[in-house]
Amino acid sequence: MFHKTLSATAIAVTLAGAALAQDQSIIVQSTTSTANSGLYDYLLPLFQKESGIQVNVVAVGTGQAIANARNCDGDLLLVHAKPDEEAFVADGFGTERTDLMYNDFVIVGPAGDPAGIKGMQDVQGALTKIADGKAMFASRGDDSGTYKKEMQLWEEASVDPKAASGTWYRETGSGMGATLNAGIGMGAYVLTDRATWISFENKQDYAIDVEGDTDMFNQYGVIPINPEKCPSVKVEAAQTFADWLLSDAGQTAIADYKIDGQQLFFPNAPKE
Amino acid sequence: MSDVAAFTARAAAAPAQMAPLLPLRVRGLTLLRGATTVLDGLDLDLGRTGCTVVMGANGAGKTLLLKLLHGLIQPTAGQIDWQGQDTAAVTRRQALVFQTPVLLRRSAAGNLDFVLKARGKDRGRTATLLDHVGLAHKAQQPARLLSGGEAQRLALARALAIDPEVLFLDEPTASLDPASVLTIERIVQAARDRGVRIVFVTHDTGQARRLADDVVFLHGGRVAEHAAAADFFPAPRHPAARNYIDGKIVI
Amino acid sequence: MHSIGDAFGLALSLVLSGDRDLLQIVLLSLRVSLTATAVACLLGLPVGALVAIARFRGRSVVLIVMNALMGLPPVVVGLLVYLQLSRAGPLGFLGLLYTPTAMIVAQTLLITPIVAALSRQVLEDLHTEYAEQFRSLCLSRVQAVQALLWDGRYALLTVGLAGFGRAVAEVGAVIIVGGNIDHLTRVMTTAIALETSKGDLALALALGLILLFIALGVNAAVQSVRLTAARHAHV
Repeated sequence: MFHKTLSATAIAVTLAGAALAQDQSIIVQSTTSTANSGLYDYLLPLFQKESGIQVNVVAVGTGQAIANARNCDGDLLLVHAKPDEEAFVADGFGTERTDLMYNDFVIVGPAGDPAGIKGMQDVQGALTKIADGKAMFASRGDDSGTYKKEMQLWEEASVDPKAASGTWYRETGSGMGATLNAGIGMGAYVLTDRATWISFENKQDYAIDVEGDTDMFNQYGVIPINPEKCPSVKVEAAQTFADWLLSDAGQTAIADYKIDGQQLFFPNAPKE
Repeated sequence: MSDVAAFTARAAAAPAQMAPLLPLRVRGLTLLRGATTVLDGLDLDLGRTGCTVVMGANGAGKTLLLKLLHGLIQPTAGQIDWQGQDTAAVTRRQALVFQTPVLLRRSAAGNLDFVLKARGKDRGRTATLLDHVGLAHKAQQPARLLSGGEAQRLALARALAIDPEVLFLDEPTASLDPASVLTIERIVQAARDRGVRIVFVTHDTGQARRLADDVVFLHGGRVAEHAAAADFFPAPRHPAARNYIDGKIVI
Repeated sequence: MHSIGDAFGLALSLVLSGDRDLLQIVLLSLRVSLTATAVACLLGLPVGALVAIARFRGRSVVLIVMNALMGLPPVVVGLLVYLQLSRAGPLGFLGLLYTPTAMIVAQTLLITPIVAALSRQVLEDLHTEYAEQFRSLCLSRVQAVQALLWDGRYALLTVGLAGFGRAVAEVGAVIIVGGNIDHLTRVMTTAIALETSKGDLALALALGLILLFIALGVNAAVQSVRLTAARHAHV
């Protein structure tokens, strides 16, 4: 009798705890590239099952994600623009930045390959050929991590594409998927992260022309937002999610996410 | 004792206990519309009871005179003296039936219900009023699907619903068939016989002869002639009135 | 390239299979836009009625502003609401950003001027017809407004439907203040934007077709309201 009551109480307490956790939800400011790849659709149910925490993802460009986070409109930041992320932490908005995973960028182009870059590994060389041949190139032209990476690569290739803005160099000012749609629509080369490309469904006659250069490495970081700057932050739940992403379970889950048998993201969180 | 108290209470609530509106005294009534002088120093006296018919050529200002007397528009100059009562109170104790009835977008009964409710009257009277104007069988019909004659009778019932002491009618039968004209005249006469003061504008001399106790003939922005019906119709004194009556009779 | 036919087939199979995610998206769209329409009517109708009936200094300026606000771009409304509801904004403490409530607020702001301006037109026409009769009957201003609202109910219903049509079809405002969060703030238009950006044009088109059917339904409703009104001589 006594045991029965005790176990009933235990069940009730457990249920109440689960219900409490169910009510918890956090907002992650993240990038379109991660969201469009379907990674979150794979990871979040696993995490929610384990923790009971509902994760809501706002997918915008890296720049806007950081701006939103600076307005305290989120609990966690998951983006890919290391210098900006470090500035975010230095300004006191984030508690700590940790490497989470990486994927890589590729240049995709039409079957005709007007600039003749197919198979090249040297990304700066490929960009120079595109510029020299005035072959069409579609750029994000926004404040995203992908765009920042692209700008860095042009600079290393000693090309100023902005001088050709509106001619062969087309800035869409849109997300990765929209830029791919636009680029494919006008037969332009596009620099895209591999994850978005693999999961993109409107490829038409496009294929990867340039890949494998270590300069096209795309590092993602995770940053819990600092409650000292943003008192509304759900510190515990956000930290729980960050810890899970960086844990063996989270890292394995990231590696397990595949489309058509291809792994999209490569976990590289520092080992404890 | 209690019977006396009840009687006193009822008597106090009755309009008869209010100060009378009539006789009406109008002096120097002037109305400008833009550059046009519609009424030019008009004088008029109306007695306590009966039916006054207002006649005059088109543009003589008959409609505007009714609206002035009813308090819907303000004169440019002159006085309208309803026994010293202020305009808002005067309008409230009168009703005006327009040439073209403006009916609400609801049933015939709904039109009466609305006015009875808005004016704090007994809503149980709707059926009686509809019956009085011969529209009992149309109670649930949309008012705006009624024929011209039916619509005007409904407008008349609505005017009577507020128990007016003075009832103005502005050519209410202007474009109606003879049967409807007679029905409306009968209702108006019944109201007059109950003591409602009637002021009726018409172009139809036959109708004027049937209804009028006295006739007001407007000409040149003034009352050209105001005479008892029995004196007016056989021998109008004012030349314009004579021409008007003669012209009508000739046609 | 996907054909319209493929998209149509996909749309049909999604609807017929009762896809739960799709149902959730459609229901949220309807909930947000219907609520916004209801609130916009509560705010816009009295304003429309007031401006229709009252004569005051600066009325023509108010009319111009009302009519101009009808064309407010959704993204501008979204941005303004974002700035207010952001944690860094004056109303950030409410914690409403990225919730359906924020989307309702944005759509309400978007369509209230539409409801106000269109109802002003409807009620002013009606008032012109009734005004003298009402003065003769000595109706109070409140009684007059009540009568106008009731007699204009069919026309006002089509005004409300016009507002709803605008709300349910806009994407600019809800994507900024809602964030297009899956299972929380994702509505039809933001889902279409997302699927397009993922290159899944067939799914985007399928959602677009469903939206189109809702728009058709709204217009059919407007038409049947007009017919009902005509039948009851409410024209």
